[in-house]
Amino acid sequence: MSNDIFVWVEQFKGQSAAASWEAIGAARRMADELGGHVTACIFGGPGVEPLAQQAISYGADTVLLAEDATLADFRVEPYTALLARAVREAGPAVVLIGATFRGRELGPALAVELDTGCIADCTALEFKDGQLTATRPIYAGKLLSNCIIPERRPQVFTTRTRAFPKPEPDAARSGQVTRVEPVLAEDVIHTKVTGFRETVGGVSLTDASIIVSGGRGVGGPEGFEPIRALAQTLGAAMGASRAAVDAGWIPYEHQVGQTGKTVSPDLYVAVGISGAIQHQAGMRTSKVIVAINKDPEAPIFKLAHYGIVGDLFKAVPALTAALKEKLE
Amino acid sequence: MHIVVCTKHTPDSEAKMSVDGAGNVSWGESPLIINPWDEYAVEEALQLRDKHGGTVTIISMGPEAALEALKHAIAMGCNEAIRIWNDACAGSDTLATSYVLAKAIEKMGDVDLVLFGKSAIDAETWQTGSAVAHRLGYPGLMYVIKIAELDPNAKSITVERLLEEGRQVVSAPLPAVVGTTKGINEPRYTSFIGIRKAAKMQYPLWTLADVGAEADKVGAPGSGVRWPRIFMPPAREGEAEIIKAETVEEAARILVEKLLAEKVV
Repeated sequence: MSNDIFVWVEQFKGQSAAASWEAIGAARRMADELGGHVTACIFGGPGVEPLAQQAISYGADTVLLAEDATLADFRVEPYTALLARAVREAGPAVVLIGATFRGRELGPALAVELDTGCIADCTALEFKDGQLTATRPIYAGKLLSNCIIPERRPQVFTTRTRAFPKPEPDAARSGQVTRVEPVLAEDVIHTKVTGFRETVGGVSLTDASIIVSGGRGVGGPEGFEPIRALAQTLGAAMGASRAAVDAGWIPYEHQVGQTGKTVSPDLYVAVGISGAIQHQAGMRTSKVIVAINKDPEAPIFKLAHYGIVGDLFKAVPALTAALKEKLE
Repeated sequence: MHIVVCTKHTPDSEAKMSVDGAGNVSWGESPLIINPWDEYAVEEALQLRDKHGGTVTIISMGPEAALEALKHAIAMGCNEAIRIWNDACAGSDTLATSYVLAKAIEKMGDVDLVLFGKSAIDAETWQTGSAVAHRLGYPGLMYVIKIAELDPNAKSITVERLLEEGRQVVSAPLPAVVGTTKGINEPRYTSFIGIRKAAKMQYPLWTLADVGAEADKVGAPGSGVRWPRIFMPPAREGEAEIIKAETVEEAARILVEKLLAEKVV
């Protein structure tokens, strides 16, 4: 049986997803342990070729590259068909996919196509008793689960964004790039992408290394202004608690928590957020958590590393000013 | 229009979860409820039915406890409910679960639209909707925040779905599988009349034989994934360090020094 690993490299308009390079990093470490090869699978419209050399620099040995108009927009049908054919031909033991929206759609479809298992949203991958064992949060992170795929191959895993370190690129690495053709022609693909409305002026929450979030305590849509200023100073993405979203102060796309996005930044600043268990579910794995809240009994202080008890409308601008002083 | 909504029951989101040495998960005194994400799928189905006519069938693969989810959906206004179960289904991963659900949907035969919630709040795989779509050969449209257009006569649907960078607008023919997300609607509360109807309702049970599913494709034998160990996450050590200072400006400066020392800014 091969010890080879396939990694699906996600891209949007030629820009790679950070989760894909993190997955290549995880694949590289496992392949080095087992003596296998890492193949990056890059699908997209004409013009995605530069990603091939990037994938190699991050740790791929070889690249399967498909450039075709049918692959320009992510669609699960043509992507599944092509990735499944590539897997059938090469027979890797493992397929890694970043656990992004697209990846979490592709993984299960690929698993059905190949009649195998797909372990979702892994935060760790290691060999235990000869089994590749994934760790993943369940019940909103209240529990963890170890999962394995003991018999079927390949073993498919989707890896949580920012749970695995992004490797240092090495421009000196070289590898073979093989061009492949799509499996499905346009006339047999059911779905047609007719538009894309990009979120304006924001850092993607799940990719962000710093997030500043506001909750009920900000009091209204205008209460997000000091938070926005702090986020801009930090180059951070802006998040929100469910209470702020449900009140209509900020769109749902910003919601962090059990019914929003799960994030794992280096720094999470919770402003006016009491820290209900549902909110904690979405941000508890952040490396450093700062809470600013006027209520010293707020549950967020049980989770936070640093806290300021006080009026957020004074503390947040003060923090922004102190940062500007230091960073500029 | 015949709309099918797939649901499952979960412990309440407030539940305090624990696990014993044998790996048995417990949710204490908390109630079992309909998976909260599925309420968006049910609400969307009801709105589409009220606009275009037809019926909404709520289905769940699960033991008797799954009736909690079915009853809630009936109380919201679904027309029919079907539970699918054999003891052989226990231990199914999403590969096996999607097989059983797809078999049940195929048996119904006249389905125009299959709706899912974004994920279930227990295992949180997000996988079953996409897997069912692939099994049925229907277009799968996940993370849908808006059904922009649905034409039952032309058998077409256009949706906006959430991806990291924004909203992708996608059209597809019916029948299709749509995974809904929060923001698509505001799920209704159950009414007294609805709850009474749900209490009186018959909940037919379909077995694996009824849906034409093979026993070796369900449960652990039909699954790719096993979960040999479930455990509590390590507790975070220590309490937050509360920054105390004469003025808020001073507290902010101290905090910035701490964050610089942590190398996170």
